[in-house]
Amino acid sequence: MSVARFWRKIPQRYNLIGTKCEKCGRHFFPPRSFCPDCRRAGRIVDHKFAGTGEIVTFTVIHTANEQFEAYTPYVLAIVKLDEGPRMTAQIICEPKDAKIGMRVKSTFRRIATDGESGIIHYGTKFVPVE
Amino acid sequence: MHAVAAQIHVEHGTLGYVLVYLLAHRLVGVRVEGQTGGIDRLDTFLGKHVEQLLENHAHATRELGAFSGVLRMREGTLEIVDSGQHLSHDTLTGAADREWEGFVGATFPGLYAMIAKDYMHRYPLTRKQLAQVAVKNHFNGARNPIAQYQQEITIETVLKSTMVAEPLRLFDCSPITDGAAAVIVAPLERAREFTDTPIKVLATAQASDSISLHDRRDISTLDATVAAGQRAFRMAKLSHKDIDMVEVHDCFSIAEICAIEDLGFCKKGTAGKITADGDTELGGKIPVNTSGGLKACGHPVGATGIKQVYEIVQQLRNNAGRRQIDGAKIGMTHNVGGTGATAVVHILGRV
Repeated sequence: MSVARFWRKIPQRYNLIGTKCEKCGRHFFPPRSFCPDCRRAGRIVDHKFAGTGEIVTFTVIHTANEQFEAYTPYVLAIVKLDEGPRMTAQIICEPKDAKIGMRVKSTFRRIATDGESGIIHYGTKFVPVE
Repeated sequence: MHAVAAQIHVEHGTLGYVLVYLLAHRLVGVRVEGQTGGIDRLDTFLGKHVEQLLENHAHATRELGAFSGVLRMREGTLEIVDSGQHLSHDTLTGAADREWEGFVGATFPGLYAMIAKDYMHRYPLTRKQLAQVAVKNHFNGARNPIAQYQQEITIETVLKSTMVAEPLRLFDCSPITDGAAAVIVAPLERAREFTDTPIKVLATAQASDSISLHDRRDISTLDATVAAGQRAFRMAKLSHKDIDMVEVHDCFSIAEICAIEDLGFCKKGTAGKITADGDTELGGKIPVNTSGGLKACGHPVGATGIKQVYEIVQQLRNNAGRRQIDGAKIGMTHNVGGTGATAVVHILGRV
């Protein structure tokens, strides 16, 4: 990913900021600038997600892309945020502890590095809620 | 109404032969698909020739872009075959949402593994039933002389293979294959100029959905497959009992399970059982992936959809040898892009 393209995504990646439609209350992550239900009657505003949610489904990745190989085996999941949207993210836990329905909360972590001298990508991972 | 007048399976390195064949037969329409990526230095030359052909036959199917796919495949797949696991993972991740799936560490098997996990959490699918998909497809592949893998395997082979993304193991995954396929499409009334046994295209339907798996209405139902299947049946004015065999997109074992349900061949949650019961075997109630599917016949990615058509045409022409379905009259193909972002369904019939 190029630097410019990466930087543009910083609000979403670093802070889990999406949008919500004030008319119908639907939340969007990644952010949408238009509500597909209310259309021109909708009113879109930024929304900072609480970062809590639960695991909808997950897997444990054993063979990965080169960037992620050092982290294997790692837990990858689809998390449903409490406000509604779902997102794909890593869960920081022992593979054997991951469960469907498990409560998790977001945390700011390093995601990957583009080689030894490339950009370090940061973003959202989730940890189990005690 | 169009017909598949002839079809050619392209082995690596026989591209020249295919082009000569296509040009020599003064095609009215050509569709060739291949793995994308790589160099297209011959595009200009080819584009000119095909364009001339198309100008000569105004009602041709205009699929010029597809032609360059063959050339790209020739350059592109070589690269992938030589490059091993990392590039395969990376290339395939591009078929998902690179920004919001690939970025956080999702791999293509990982996404299908999450479908499998969701499915197994909600429906009574066992690990052995899932493995049976691969066992059945290898059995069929062993009866297909152009299959990439012509060895039979057992449930143990699958269960003992390397873990890729839980619960999917190596033998749940299709390979990336070096190969290509081509069909020739012509108006039905002219098809006999090119072949004695034209095959009729009874329906062709497509549907799409979100590119990211997490945005789907239901993780383990491919709504695109459901919609494309229903459209195809409506277009052909046929029902499930009319289909003699179907080639589905089994990029992973779980994908075949979802596909036969989403196409409507059985109720949601029962595909594992009907697979274990032998309903999808050669000679079963609805034979699935008689070619060996993506798992055993191979998955040349961009060429896979046409490869599926090739198999159904072979079956309908009674050319399928040891895997022939007796009295095959109507067949179906089902191809998927990404984890369900696109689905394409064709129904083909004997003329």
